Amino acid sequence: MRRVAITGLGAICALGRKVEDVAAALRAGCSGIRPIETVDMSPFRFTSGAEVAGYSHRPYFDDRPADFLDRFAQFAVIAAREAVADSGLTFTPELRETAAIVTGSCVGGQCTEDIGFQDVYKLGLNRVHPLTIPKTMANAGASHISMEFGITGPSFTFSTACSSAGHAIGQAFWMVRNGVTDMAIAGGSEAPFSFGILKAWEAMRVVSSDTCRPFSRERRGMILGEGAAMLVLEPMEAARARGARIHAELVGFGMSADASHITQPSAAGAARALRAALRDAAIEPQAIGYINAHGTGTLANDVTETSAIRGVFGAHTDKLAVSSTKSMHGHALGAAAALECVATVLALRDGVLPPTANFLAPDPECDLDVIPNQARCREVEWALSNSFAFGGLNAVLALRKV
Amino acid sequence: MSDDLIQRVLKVIATSKRIPLETVTIDSEFQQLNIDSMDAVEILFALENEFDINIPDDQVRGIANVRGMCEGLEKLIAAKASGARTGH
Repeated sequence: MRRVAITGLGAICALGRKVEDVAAALRAGCSGIRPIETVDMSPFRFTSGAEVAGYSHRPYFDDRPADFLDRFAQFAVIAAREAVADSGLTFTPELRETAAIVTGSCVGGQCTEDIGFQDVYKLGLNRVHPLTIPKTMANAGASHISMEFGITGPSFTFSTACSSAGHAIGQAFWMVRNGVTDMAIAGGSEAPFSFGILKAWEAMRVVSSDTCRPFSRERRGMILGEGAAMLVLEPMEAARARGARIHAELVGFGMSADASHITQPSAAGAARALRAALRDAAIEPQAIGYINAHGTGTLANDVTETSAIRGVFGAHTDKLAVSSTKSMHGHALGAAAALECVATVLALRDGVLPPTANFLAPDPECDLDVIPNQARCREVEWALSNSFAFGGLNAVLALRKV
Repeated sequence: MSDDLIQRVLKVIATSKRIPLETVTIDSEFQQLNIDSMDAVEILFALENEFDINIPDDQVRGIANVRGMCEGLEKLIAAKASGARTGH
């Protein structure tokens, strides 16, 4: 089995449109949660979200090409461009033929779909725009990345709700580790701010009326976010041989299914995914120094996740730093695990653990060291990034400082 | 609390949870009826339709039985009626 290096990072979200801007915001503990601008929120019980403020396709795409990409696919391509440029890789014909693209998206092109449905249901039109299908499909991000770089190797998309990008990165990691491909672009993208989707989230009664306060006693739920993050993965030896900058190493991937409830999380299921990731990485729980939590800020998740972590790490839990960066970039659904994987890579690379922002007071049922409000300078060698999706499908990534 | 309100609430719970009406009483605890968080969200949705009201999230927290639910609804319905009378 080959070791797997992360040599390229790309990200766009409420915290910034480049990885280094996102990194600076994470270090500063600065939240990107603000009043939602792209949808009229007057008929809603909540008003806040983590949007890419003032986004327009203009600096990234000419008008005609942009017509073919929903906002979520634009984010995917923007993050992939940054990751590929950052990796310094040059595409040869051989590399183009074998490189892989694995993306995650939960809801696909919702803004496009919403417009189509409004046309037929609300405006009474008898037709929708002909690009509705290709803009809505969840694999559009992967497809447009393949066209952007002329990559013709294995390319596909996972849709496992909030774990989508975790499953995508994990699968790409295994493909590089096992010699299926010598390069993978992996991550996730999402743009869920459509009237219809926001109404559906409102009906779930899990969205906070103020902000996202993971693990805090006053937490009132999650805050939706949007954006994308992509990573370039390649074999460690090849990366070293070409003198690439290696941000971190991916060392393990664990998955599980709760098999219990469609929305209520299970500590046992989360613990199984954590143990599977440790086993895949061949490391002991005591080695882990930092966990980027799923940490949605809902009543149920944060208690369940605490219990899962305590179950797996035992007494070592009290030496672990655990934070939820969803408090800053929001819950970007199918992009969440990718943004959080990038946050974890940055924590290892820079020796700065991102905080849990908006934290007010501890909840005895969430008795973890959650790095409240202020980033912490600490060198950590091994870290995990958790994703526990609705539907009980869990993905945990294990990473190592290089 | 009016009997009409109670009967309507019991019916909404039974219909939504797909259980016989006689199994739901004013003294039922949600736990006894196996009502989990997602069931509760569906029942609230059905109650909003039944009474043509909006049930805010913060009115829902901590309610664990049918009686608490009926009392909360009574307040929301009264607030709606007084709002309508004063023209708000």
